[in-house]
Amino acid sequence: MKKEQLKYILFALLVLITPFFFKESYLLNVFVFVGIHTILAVALNLLLGYAGQISLGHAGFFGLGAYISAILTTTYGLNPWLAMPLAAIFVGIMAFFIGFPILKLKGHYLAMATLGLGIIIYILFLEWVELTGGPSGFAGIPYLEINGFAFDSDLKNYFLVWGFVLVVVLLSINLANSRIGRAFRAIHDSEVAARVMGVNARLLKVQVFALSALICSVAGSLYAHVMTFIAPTSFGFNISVELLTMVVIGGLGSIYGSVLGALLLTLLPEFLRSLQDYDIVFYGALLVIMTIFMPGGLVRGIPELFRKLRRSSGVDKDGLHA
Amino acid sequence: MLEVKNITQIFGGVTALNDVSFNLEADKITGIIGPNGAGKTTLFNIITGIYSQTSGTVHFLSKDVSRLPAEQLAGQGMVRTFQNVELFGKMTVLENVMVGLHSRTKSGLFSCSFKMPWAAAEERKIREEAMHWLQFVDMAEQAEVQSANLPFGNGRFLEIARAMACKPKMILMDEPAAGLNSQETVGLAALIRRIRDAGVTVVLVEHDMELVMDICDHIVVLNLGQKLAEGTPREIQDNPEVVAAYLGEE
Repeated sequence: MKKEQLKYILFALLVLITPFFFKESYLLNVFVFVGIHTILAVALNLLLGYAGQISLGHAGFFGLGAYISAILTTTYGLNPWLAMPLAAIFVGIMAFFIGFPILKLKGHYLAMATLGLGIIIYILFLEWVELTGGPSGFAGIPYLEINGFAFDSDLKNYFLVWGFVLVVVLLSINLANSRIGRAFRAIHDSEVAARVMGVNARLLKVQVFALSALICSVAGSLYAHVMTFIAPTSFGFNISVELLTMVVIGGLGSIYGSVLGALLLTLLPEFLRSLQDYDIVFYGALLVIMTIFMPGGLVRGIPELFRKLRRSSGVDKDGLHA
Repeated sequence: MLEVKNITQIFGGVTALNDVSFNLEADKITGIIGPNGAGKTTLFNIITGIYSQTSGTVHFLSKDVSRLPAEQLAGQGMVRTFQNVELFGKMTVLENVMVGLHSRTKSGLFSCSFKMPWAAAEERKIREEAMHWLQFVDMAEQAEVQSANLPFGNGRFLEIARAMACKPKMILMDEPAAGLNSQETVGLAALIRRIRDAGVTVVLVEHDMELVMDICDHIVVLNLGQKLAEGTPREIQDNPEVVAAYLGEE
């Protein structure tokens, strides 16, 4: 318990000091997106890493949050702070009802169904032109502000987004280490045994799906207000796959793993600019290498690597048995 | 305690169980035996709500539980273990038992996320009681071991501890001795007696006849989907029909 708190405090401190190293750099802007991706990856991890249910349509929920916030605030002049929870609740309820039929499916069938759901939502953004602006996007979304203090610079947005990250991470860790989190993992490992222990697998799967969608919606609202411009391509199928890659590379069933995965996969493109379109090859190779050599993701793979290195160098041979 | 009435189960064109009825008394150890393919595991799956029977009823504590799904039976006081040991492999031994307390605790998604005081208090209670059940099967030292890494025999005992954490009134065990060595089987027999003495009715499907005859108070024999005989171990051993079913007829 104590160890968990210490880890969180360390993480929060890291979040606080990071911007001071990148103050003048465009990387600060990248870190804003690392934050948004972290929220999304943590949300997907709750569903995939803990409850063991795949979704290839999470970019759709992300997009719904963004578009609902954009439309409510820009077209209808609603306060952004009101639009955000409204969008989240709407997306959560929608996912809850879609979840009941969809989560009856397992494995590849569930992947196909969520994939279809994501594509339907994407097409909605693209085709409902009078509401969404269609393929040319939706511009003029206001910044979030508190009493006239607008979040209009990279530094301010960094603290805005990472403030949300800290809340989402804390709540997710609480959940993961609770009765409900254990029930999720139980469903993942053996659904029949979980049911016999009184775990209502059907309902819990739908609940975590809805919760996950709701968190993605919040990330979407933040994205809309930070960017002030959104377009359907930001919420397509490839984004869902990217999220999946973040969760897997970071480590399934580890909240901090998702932070690492989001960090890595958001920063990498910045350093891979020279590869241009071939960066997709790099991602593919990365995913293959990771699943072969670090199936548990970075959070489990790196400590394992150190242990192996130490063992093979023989430095600490006695220490290992002590 | 448990009344099974006219249970028939048809899979496609195959009749797995045909009009099986029996009553079980509380606080006893009952063995359900029979040759392979007799329908023992199917019967277990019906009683515990995993399969839905073609016809017939199951009453538990005078309540009709025929159509209740598996997840609602734990709350009624009925729980089971599995032939192939269904552990939560990626969780620790202690966490496995903690899941056993699921049906007796209430904190929901939100009170857990926000770590409300009552959820935190409940969590402490869950941990303490889970530890108690680990001690009950003498596995407290392995509390932090990942359950997938347990030796097979320990896995069986862990499964029983997890089931006991539900505070059941009846526990059904599907071949609890399968895969255990003789020393572990002796430990299992003692454990099953302790469970009965704690006031929990035990029902087991088992192939180890020595164990069955040793610990069971009552035996139900199934053969080819039908009830062949019922009675005390002595009566069953002396029943010519049972002997014929096991050894083959002339």
